[in-house]
Amino acid sequence: MTATSPVQAVTDFGDLVSLPKLLARNVRSYGNKIAYREKEYGIWQEWTWAQAAKVIEELASGLMALGVQPGDHVAVVGRNRPALYWSLLAAGHIGAIPVPLYQDAVAEEMEYVLEHCGAKVVIAEDQEQVDKVVEVSERIHHLESVVYYDPRGLRGYDGERFLSFDELRRRGRGALADNTPKMQTIVDQSNFDDVCVMLYTSGTTGKPKGVVLSNRNIITTSANSAIFDHLTHKESTLAYLPMAWVGDFIFSVGQAMWCGFEINCPESAATMQTDMREIGPSYFFAPPRFFETLLTSVMIRMEDAGRLKRGMFHAFMKHARKVGPALLDGKPVSGWNRFVYKLGDILVYGPLKDALGLSRVRVGYTAGEAIGPEIFAFYRSLGINLKQLYGQTEASVFITQQPDGEVSDETVGVVSPGVELKIDERGEVFYRSPGAFEEYYKNADSTRDTKDPEGWVATGDAGFIDEKTGHLRILDRAKDVGKLSNGALFAPKYVENKLKFYPNILEAVVIGAERDMCTVMINIDLYALGNWAERNNIAYASYQELAGHERVYAMIKKHVEEVNESLAGDDMLSGCQIHRFLVLHKELDADDGELTRTRKVRRRVIEEKFHDLVTALYDGSKQVSTETEVTYEDGRKGSIKATLKIEDTKTLATQSAGAKGAAA
Amino acid sequence: MSSYVTPDGRTIGDVLLEVKNITLRFGGVEAIKDISFDVREGEIRAIIGPNGAGKSSMLNVINGFYHPQEGEIWFHGKKRRAMKPSQIARQGIARTFQNIALFKGMNTLDNIMTGCFTHMHTSLIEQAIWWGRAEREEYRYREKVEHIIDFLEIQAIRKTPVGALPYGLQKRVELARALAAEPKLLLLDEPMAGMNVEEKEDMCRFVLDVNAEFGTTIVLIEHDMGVVMDISDRVVVLDYGRKIGDGVPDEVRSNQEVIDAYLGVPHD
Repeated sequence: MTATSPVQAVTDFGDLVSLPKLLARNVRSYGNKIAYREKEYGIWQEWTWAQAAKVIEELASGLMALGVQPGDHVAVVGRNRPALYWSLLAAGHIGAIPVPLYQDAVAEEMEYVLEHCGAKVVIAEDQEQVDKVVEVSERIHHLESVVYYDPRGLRGYDGERFLSFDELRRRGRGALADNTPKMQTIVDQSNFDDVCVMLYTSGTTGKPKGVVLSNRNIITTSANSAIFDHLTHKESTLAYLPMAWVGDFIFSVGQAMWCGFEINCPESAATMQTDMREIGPSYFFAPPRFFETLLTSVMIRMEDAGRLKRGMFHAFMKHARKVGPALLDGKPVSGWNRFVYKLGDILVYGPLKDALGLSRVRVGYTAGEAIGPEIFAFYRSLGINLKQLYGQTEASVFITQQPDGEVSDETVGVVSPGVELKIDERGEVFYRSPGAFEEYYKNADSTRDTKDPEGWVATGDAGFIDEKTGHLRILDRAKDVGKLSNGALFAPKYVENKLKFYPNILEAVVIGAERDMCTVMINIDLYALGNWAERNNIAYASYQELAGHERVYAMIKKHVEEVNESLAGDDMLSGCQIHRFLVLHKELDADDGELTRTRKVRRRVIEEKFHDLVTALYDGSKQVSTETEVTYEDGRKGSIKATLKIEDTKTLATQSAGAKGAAA
Repeated sequence: MSSYVTPDGRTIGDVLLEVKNITLRFGGVEAIKDISFDVREGEIRAIIGPNGAGKSSMLNVINGFYHPQEGEIWFHGKKRRAMKPSQIARQGIARTFQNIALFKGMNTLDNIMTGCFTHMHTSLIEQAIWWGRAEREEYRYREKVEHIIDFLEIQAIRKTPVGALPYGLQKRVELARALAAEPKLLLLDEPMAGMNVEEKEDMCRFVLDVNAEFGTTIVLIEHDMGVVMDISDRVVVLDYGRKIGDGVPDEVRSNQEVIDAYLGVPHD
């Protein structure tokens, strides 16, 4: 199965084949237009493309004066600030390779990356970052200079190695006359094949890998995705996601440079929400978690609002859920419904969007994880054009994305312009595109494993193309997807996500590979259920007691059966309906090795650790006694004993061949 | 002694403040008995001691809230005459309080702005009309306040009423207000009391940064010995109104009388 994009890719790039050349074009075409904004000292400071280009040239000349040669690596670490974006671009300006790093990386992680890429210069935001570099500096061999942007707390850091950002600019200005001709030659010769940036993947397994992306990768992807969403130089975005993440590089550097639109940097991570409201971005990306938290805070505030306001909110939101998405997709809506929606827009939706900073969003994206249908519907019903995309670092982000008017919470859209997609017999998704990475730096083996000689890149995700819509649906990591013993498709994460969309369910572990049916172990959300228990006068002394409560079981059972119902309507996945479930007596915890540090379920560990529970789920028993070892926060170990109930759930028959009939 | 440079690169200058033979009585109670010590320019000087040792009283003497019955205070090499606290504030001494003393109903920004008032020259009427000189003055001080907000990383609470803030942040706002007065000498009364470890570490960093960046001389009272020994250059130890120790942290740590005071040896 292969697919190509419905949208024509950009083919003619003229001389816009590198970031320095794009910068020169932006100075020519948009010289006096705002390019960067950063809130500092309570005021939005602004820089035009021409001003930014001047600083970038000075920095580039300064780096040259520090001895940075074309092909050297320059690491940049800190939060999103114009100065650091300029540092990235300055490195590219003299043919060096910028390497943005995660600012929350601990010193050892930084050591690995700095040593691996052999960075000659590190441009760090502040003392916190400089200290990490200093801590590991004896073990990294190529580092020559450390440049810091915020001098605070760095007075004692004298010597050859350390210099401030301003000092770097000053030296660059001084050497500008000498360096300009050299820089101009480098810029003139820069082309599509030059390395544009190197980004380290976070590496859930093993050491991080340096993904080498060329100018071709970044610029064609930026251009194609800009065409897809009709982005222009008038867009405005908020740069707040980690600079080391490929998404930020594409949105805040690639697309911003290609289109010439403006980047706004918040004052600090904590002020992001208020800064966003002041800016009102027109193009916005956030992970599902962001939208979820925002929705929760809206709901909580509405519960505290006066009766009139609350009543209005709920009444109009009900109407919005009914007609909002249809209006957004340009489907026919009756005159009266349009009128009521308009009224709602004046009274509720407009003010709400304004308060959230989303009133000007023309194109909004979410990706990275599955987004709950409720959450997705909430924003779309307000008239916010929130869409999903599917991508990865190796693809320079875009593999598929949803076109306006063809949006769904279940799919991740059609193939992006210029991308070819195929799905192999095992269900794994492969793509080939001009955005596909060049190589993993100093890691030919991994490069070979991921990208074949014809240019097809394995995503590691399993999915399929929905025949009705032509959209891609991602099921799970390919290695987790399996089969039930009757041959039906088994995609645990897909089902777990559906369960986790219920606020009462914190975590779920679906079991079923090579077995005759699916079962699940569930973790309740103590915060949500504790709140519910309080409101319903349900007394409980411990997590364990609440988890085993009759009414909690009844509630979870209802959720599971609803999920079964939605799975039954799905030909491919109806075999994944849950037949039996239990509620775990302890919260799955990274300290006990049950989750990774990024809170991903470690299936094998859990199935092994709770093997008695798994057995009980399959031998038909009504309850099971167990003893589990736990690790306390101070590292001591203890154990908890519990007797857990196991309940059967209703499953539904479907026309699908692999599915079994109602079992319970 | 003349000035010298510490191992971490700060310059410690001449004596900035000297208290000589101070005795403070409340009726029959002698809160402070004949205490003398000095504070040098650029120094972080800690005052420690058990409860009721007279530490806060000492700060109140330095900032002119209490007038000692005996003794002299020398500031900038001159003997200080009896003054009101407001006059002393104008001389460049600012402080924070053990129990936070902010305007709870006002937001962070306004609270910090009040710290600038000692330096403002326009009259009440000018400020009420807010025109010309008063407007320019406010802009100037607002800029200064914004730098302090940036320095203490409290941008996110700029417009939040102080009463709604958690304790640790209120402490930080109080420090910000004290800094807004551009003090030469900053008195901190238990800046880390009631904080968790993380908040304490933050506060330590801010105290050190204030000292290093603005060259502000700091006198602080603190109960957390780890903090005191870590960040101060010299320590004065008080017990029942008497001075029982004075010196660099290591000296004080090994002083038998200090150990006794902290471990609680019976007094006769």
